[in-house]
Amino acid sequence: MANLITTLDPASRAASRGWSDTTIRNVFVIPTVAFLIIFNVFPLLYSLGFSFTDFRASSKAPVNFVGFKNYINVLADPVIWRTFSTTLWYVIVSVTGQFIVGFGLALLLNRPLPFKGLLTTLLMLPMMLSPVVVGLFWKLIYDPSWGILNYALGLGPVAWLSDANLALYAVAITDIWMWSPFVMLLSLAGLSAVPKHLYEAASIDRAGKLYTFFRITLPLVAPILLIAVIFRTMEAFKTFDIAFVMTGQPAAELISSRLYKMAFQQWQTGPSSALAYIILIMVLCITNIYVKYLNKAKER
Amino acid sequence: MTEIQLRKIDKHFGPVHVIREVDLTVKDQEFVVLLGPSGCGKTTTLRAIAGLEGIDSGDILIDGKAVQDVHASERDVAFVFQNYALYPHLTVYENMAFPLRAVRQSRAEVDRMVQSVAASLGITGLLNRRPSALSGGDMQRVAIGRSLVRRPKAILLDEPIGSLDAKLRESMRVELKRLHVENGSTSIYVTHDQVEAMSLADRIVVMHEGLLQQVGTPDEVYRYPVNMFVAQFVGSPVMNLADVEIAEGATGVGVSLGGRSFAFPPALSGKLRDAGAHQGKLKLGVRPEGVLVAHAPQDGYVEVTAGIIEPLGSHDIVDLKVGDGVLRARTKSGFVPGPGATVWTRIDPGQAHFFDTTTGSSLGIRL
Repeated sequence: MANLITTLDPASRAASRGWSDTTIRNVFVIPTVAFLIIFNVFPLLYSLGFSFTDFRASSKAPVNFVGFKNYINVLADPVIWRTFSTTLWYVIVSVTGQFIVGFGLALLLNRPLPFKGLLTTLLMLPMMLSPVVVGLFWKLIYDPSWGILNYALGLGPVAWLSDANLALYAVAITDIWMWSPFVMLLSLAGLSAVPKHLYEAASIDRAGKLYTFFRITLPLVAPILLIAVIFRTMEAFKTFDIAFVMTGQPAAELISSRLYKMAFQQWQTGPSSALAYIILIMVLCITNIYVKYLNKAKER
Repeated sequence: MTEIQLRKIDKHFGPVHVIREVDLTVKDQEFVVLLGPSGCGKTTTLRAIAGLEGIDSGDILIDGKAVQDVHASERDVAFVFQNYALYPHLTVYENMAFPLRAVRQSRAEVDRMVQSVAASLGITGLLNRRPSALSGGDMQRVAIGRSLVRRPKAILLDEPIGSLDAKLRESMRVELKRLHVENGSTSIYVTHDQVEAMSLADRIVVMHEGLLQQVGTPDEVYRYPVNMFVAQFVGSPVMNLADVEIAEGATGVGVSLGGRSFAFPPALSGKLRDAGAHQGKLKLGVRPEGVLVAHAPQDGYVEVTAGIIEPLGSHDIVDLKVGDGVLRARTKSGFVPGPGATVWTRIDPGQAHFFDTTTGSSLGIRL
């Protein structure tokens, strides 16, 4: 009997001991909130303060309030604008690719298949790896002299990661490889939630396969696809690790790499804080557009 | 002009034999009801006709053309689902327009058809709503509207009003009948509710364990059930069934039930002999309205005690204790004063059915 009680999950044990709301608050809620405040809210507000100063984390020089100067300088910097447009293009390529590959895989898997569970698990492997590991793997794959990609495609020595025209796409392909399974997983959940009788009704109503796909499947899966796209857009916007380990090609420099360089290589703490806030606002704006569509889709 | 024929269709789900060599012809403009308990294969048969379910063997013919290998979308039959299967993201209008738009009919034609069907179903005011904002009855009307709008060869309905409440079911029943009379389309309707079957059908097909039990008009199925299953499944309250023994006397034939002997005309003896069952035990079936009850002793009546009485307003159903068993009788309301009352009863020979105890089949005796 004693064993039985100790093997219960914590919530049941808590309940069996009759923990009061106060105890639960003190043991679980307060530490979590404190943790959040110390490591998230405080740095967020602190960096907001930095963004209005000429503070450099590497120097002991006195800190001066400079108003919106950092924001104005950042927004007037052509390099920043270039990295912004590079990032935007990267987000479009990467998220579209993930969407097409992920949703395509989900459509293929959403039918009776032998070893479907195993296949799904294997397809999800890339997403379980560390981005730095993935970046390093793909760096080997892309290697111009002995990488397997050039060998397999019979391309000769194409320098994927150092070519100004290719580097961004090379990184995007890696990101697509890594994150398509995520879109696939959400799409699969959406697809399997479409009731079978709607497909039966559509076939009775003389709808062809394409018509059924565009008029039944797609609209019903749209809300969950939008959620996948929101997540992936936010993530793609702040892509850092994969790109950072794979390429130093300036043409493929993403906004978060630029931010990293400003903050920790050039020690421009004030301006980099301003840039971080600008990125935050942009991502919020873009996600907001999606959320509006999502709410519209969910109203149905 | 649409005729549907099933020729020896057979279907297994794994080890379960769901349809066993079913033969059936549904004539043009006929309203046929497949009736049977859950799991008797009636829905599977309907889905097989629609093309939503394959069959193992046999032929399904629509207008003489074998369609068992033709895809559902090519068979030109409409199907009304039990759960309505409305497209949740489309409005009522778009739901009804779906079968027309799917085959690229012109916008004007789609609008004309949808509006006219919506008007006949009284749902014009709902056209801009989504299914989630509709009541069960309205969803059903929309589902029926979606099936009518394309003027299909036949309409198949799978327990379409099964999930509505009793009152709404009654009014929808009337509406379905009206629509069938107006449109005259060949219809096959699946239900386990014998009242629905009796009130809607031109012909009823009773199924049990994948086998056709009886095909006939509601009157035939009710009055002349071919076996004990049909006798008990059709009609409410159910038919009385009791083991009886036949004893031939000088003045007539005595049918002994629970130790009491009921008088039957002498002709019974000969008919039993012709049916090859003049001796031994038989099952007697009689509907409650065939059990006659009197307040005072009368010629041919047997004295019994009343048991439970179910007052149903228009009439009462009275349990009569006959030996060890019970005969249920239908009487005028309040005819039997209360449980324990002594009354006299007899069985109307014209409403009696005799069944073979071993096979369960009716001996076909009509007195």
